Amino acid sequence: MTKDFEPTIVAFLCKWCSSAGSDLAGVSRMKYPPNVIPITVMCSGSVSPLYIFNAFQKGADGVLVSGCHPGDCHYIKGNFYARRRIALVKELLDFIGLESERFKMSWVSAAEGTKYTEIIKDFVKELKPLGPQKKLRRDQ
Amino acid sequence: MKKRIGVFVCHCGINIAGTVDVDKAAKKLAEHQDVEHSVDYVYMCSDPGQNMIKEAIKEKKLDSIVVSCCSPTLHESTFRKAAKEAGINEFQCEIANIREQCSWVHKDKEKATEKAEKITKSAVERVAKNESLEPIGFPVTSRALVIGGGIAGIQAALDIADSGYEVILVEREPSIGGHMIQLSETFPTLDCSQCILTPKMVEVSKHPNIKLMTYSEVQEISGYVGNFNVKILKKPTYVDPDACTLCDDCTEACPVVVPNEFDLGLTGRKAIYIPFPQAIPATFTLDIKNCPGLLPIACGKCADVCEPDAIDYDMEPEVVEEKVGAIVVATGFEQYDKEKMKEYGYGKYPDVLNGLQFERLLSASGPTQGKVLRPSDHKEPKEVVFIQCVGSRDPELHCSYCSKICCMYTAKHAMLYKHHVPDGQAYIFYIDIRSGGKNYEEFVQRTTEEDGVVYLRGKVSKIFEENNKITVWGVDTLTGKEIEINADMVVLAMALTPSKNSQELAKKLKLSTDKDGFLAEAHPKLRPVESITSGMFLAGAAQAPKDIPEVVAQASGAAAKAISILSQEQLFHSPMVAEVNETLCTGCGMCIDVCPYEALSLEQGKAEVNRVLCEGCGTCSATCLRAAVKVKNITPGQIFEMIDASVGG
Repeated sequence: MTKDFEPTIVAFLCKWCSSAGSDLAGVSRMKYPPNVIPITVMCSGSVSPLYIFNAFQKGADGVLVSGCHPGDCHYIKGNFYARRRIALVKELLDFIGLESERFKMSWVSAAEGTKYTEIIKDFVKELKPLGPQKKLRRDQ
Repeated sequence: MKKRIGVFVCHCGINIAGTVDVDKAAKKLAEHQDVEHSVDYVYMCSDPGQNMIKEAIKEKKLDSIVVSCCSPTLHESTFRKAAKEAGINEFQCEIANIREQCSWVHKDKEKATEKAEKITKSAVERVAKNESLEPIGFPVTSRALVIGGGIAGIQAALDIADSGYEVILVEREPSIGGHMIQLSETFPTLDCSQCILTPKMVEVSKHPNIKLMTYSEVQEISGYVGNFNVKILKKPTYVDPDACTLCDDCTEACPVVVPNEFDLGLTGRKAIYIPFPQAIPATFTLDIKNCPGLLPIACGKCADVCEPDAIDYDMEPEVVEEKVGAIVVATGFEQYDKEKMKEYGYGKYPDVLNGLQFERLLSASGPTQGKVLRPSDHKEPKEVVFIQCVGSRDPELHCSYCSKICCMYTAKHAMLYKHHVPDGQAYIFYIDIRSGGKNYEEFVQRTTEEDGVVYLRGKVSKIFEENNKITVWGVDTLTGKEIEINADMVVLAMALTPSKNSQELAKKLKLSTDKDGFLAEAHPKLRPVESITSGMFLAGAAQAPKDIPEVVAQASGAAAKAISILSQEQLFHSPMVAEVNETLCTGCGMCIDVCPYEALSLEQGKAEVNRVLCEGCGTCSATCLRAAVKVKNITPGQIFEMIDASVGG
């Protein structure tokens, strides 16, 4: 793997907490690597495992799903469903032989711009040594 | 069908254009097969910017647009309105956030431009499959619920009721009035607190639009903005307020004495009691926790002496169901837990008091009729030490925040003490004096200049009792000297915390709380009285520590927000709701189980969506194994295209 490999990350952010948290990071002019492309969804509970696998198939090197803190979901309990599903996605990734570290779930509230920034920085750092994700990529 | 999409990339001055090559981005997007028109402009949100969009829609016959600009939380509605004015459906407008999520967080122009192009392309893919939708209208119940009967709740209830809407005011305690009714005088005018609050309390009790429910608690809330269903538990008082003549014979007969909450334990009360003479409603309450027992009747003395037969031992708790359209939450504050403040001897030495206890001592209706006396020996204290920031501004051990009102009320305490005991000496230990507010700074100056109060900048290290005195060790950081004061009394300005059970209530109402447990507002600057839950508003110290004028202003603000809902004949709901494909649905019911709003049900073997109840969260869509349910305008098909655009496919 090349030293200057820049991973591509797709981040599914819930509208109410994590997307607002990433907005706050922007408002506060915090800096993080541009490797992450956000897709705002209504709730982390709406993120189907299909979305995650679809992103890997299309060539994403990492996928992040971020929602409100457990207990603080705008939709009451959507993030609890997300959390349960995600545990299964991790196992499934392991099972099919893709590094499960390529997939991450986080809880970022609307007030946690700093936390979002840290998560992106860390995720990019963790993905770099793994190199490009080729296992699920369709065109290869 | 292929769409005719317009892309409008905003510079936002240099906010976006400084990091993103907007011209390049607009040109790149023009290459997209569905994009008919792609331009950049310095301020899309300006009038000329909006006109440019409207003209392009008409001239280029665009059927949908993407505005690449700031966060949709800011200008989504601006551009949707503009789109609507130009004749296209407002849901054919999507926002690509290239400022908060791109230009502001990156430095590398080339990479930021590439990312902005991906974000915009993702929005183009989304809008390419957007349906035209119309907001869903539903009726509004024109009544409000106000939770908490302190000054915040009282003000909000009166404002709503005066506007002609019915209000249900629920208070946990036997009387309304909250903490304000316990205060002696208020800063900076030294108005008598009871004298200015009781007229409002009487107004509440007499108002034809206010239904007052004291000794009651909200048990359960369901529904949504405009149409909430509330279950309120009415605890039994065992006294019929209509029959009670307030003769007070029952309290004389009652053999049980317990600490009086209203005087914070400085006096006692009976198990049957009226909290204070001006209580609203004016009636007695039998406190069942302290009564010797009703099952079987262990004492019965109060009923024996009650001439009008107002005491009813058979009274049962009652659950009342009400429908309301808007809710104001004003559950107030309490003082920091004394158990956590043992280092200052609170609870150990009787002459170490908290701020509210000192208010009661100063109060003309208090345990000493306004004479400042030591609880231990009823002697007049000649040296009193006031300590500020007790539990506040102490992130290591206690609360990290400033409780805001303590600087002012401590100045008031010291001043009033001097008015009561002119030959006494007051000392105040402080970290900083925060006296922002109209006439507040002048008030603090008055305490030092006219009343000779000594301010000592520093913290207290130790408090102990010695020779019938309370010795206070501290340091004056301005002179660098160690201080020892042999005081007769110590008053602690305790931190303010959210009232007990407010967390539990917040859970019931689905309100979020901040790191300190105060109720969280929807936006710290621009939506300070709204909660994140539509139709629920915040007032008073439940949201953050604040003084009376701020509480009153916020309560009126919350009332105005509630009225803006109650005054609508119809409210509109986002039409981005779930939709079931009946051909694919097998009626397994998994979506029904996961729906947080009970918006899905099984009708003739197929899932059906209640469009008013559905909030469009999409949990059903992620759960359905057959992709039979999807949320409009954010369907899995759209997400897959957006992923494609995001990874550069």
